Amino acid sequence: MNNVKTVYKKSEGLTDKYMTYCPGCTHGVIHKIVAEVLVELDVLDRTIGISSVGCSVLNYDFFNCDMQQAAHGRAPAVATGIKRVRPNSIIFTYQGDGDLASIGIAEAIHAAHRGENITIVFVNNAIYGMTGGQMAPTTLIGQKTTTSPNGRDAKTQGLPLRIAEMMATIPGATYIERVSVHNPQHVRKAKKALMKAFTIQKENKGFTLIEFISTCPVNWGMTPKDAVDWAVDNMIPYYPLGVFKDATVGEEK
Amino acid sequence: MAKGRIIIDIERCKGCALCNSYCPVNILDLDITTTNLKGYTPLISTDPDKCIACGFCAIMCPDSVITVERFIKEAK
Repeated sequence: MNNVKTVYKKSEGLTDKYMTYCPGCTHGVIHKIVAEVLVELDVLDRTIGISSVGCSVLNYDFFNCDMQQAAHGRAPAVATGIKRVRPNSIIFTYQGDGDLASIGIAEAIHAAHRGENITIVFVNNAIYGMTGGQMAPTTLIGQKTTTSPNGRDAKTQGLPLRIAEMMATIPGATYIERVSVHNPQHVRKAKKALMKAFTIQKENKGFTLIEFISTCPVNWGMTPKDAVDWAVDNMIPYYPLGVFKDATVGEEK
Repeated sequence: MAKGRIIIDIERCKGCALCNSYCPVNILDLDITTTNLKGYTPLISTDPDKCIACGFCAIMCPDSVITVERFIKEAK
């Protein structure tokens, strides 16, 4: 029994620093697959990530590549600048729903519209996690948060924003997909989606955005497993998974 | 006989128990007799002989706590 083969270990794309996320937060799973994809594509040494503001604000400590912190919501603008100065680098931004869907929506839309050759990793957990569970643009109808204690009401607070569908209508975008990480099969699918997005960037084919359905066990007030089940039962019906735009399909034929 | 084994980095574990709901052979649990340096109740494999080295726990672990090793059968 001396012959052992390691089938899974911590990715080299992550540092040894302990992650500061709450127990059971799927941010960690998404970090892992981003790191694994960068290692598998052999681009880790020329990757520059852009941290956002939110729960993922400290992710420059966790990714084992060059990182830059951007002002709240301005990660796609910073990514645009870095990509233009260093066109051979692989640039990704890692943003939550407070950062991308709320304050930074203009930067994200215009980066897509210009067809910037960057990848956006968008983590949608339907709440503002770091600041204590306030209502986000992506909060579901009827969902209770600290700023919507009776549940979100469409009449006064509007409807949840579907980012992937919206970005897919922008002509400059190349690849838009929504994935989930609620079980190992979907984690593998999500990794494939990220692999495709980073490959498109590597081949200079344009703007890619992968939206992740994530959880927030602490602010949703659930155990990690219940939070994952809640996301499957409530979020995925409103935020359907799938590829919303793939401009590379025609080229392959 | 176990098909493989998991190595748990106890100090990284936050005791979220997300992994044990995905284990197909139900051998993961939290070790309530101990706490790690950060004060969390860490993960333990209750019956290592049943491990099939599928890696589901490691894939779902948000904190990269688990390393999975598969035993290679020697040709007879």
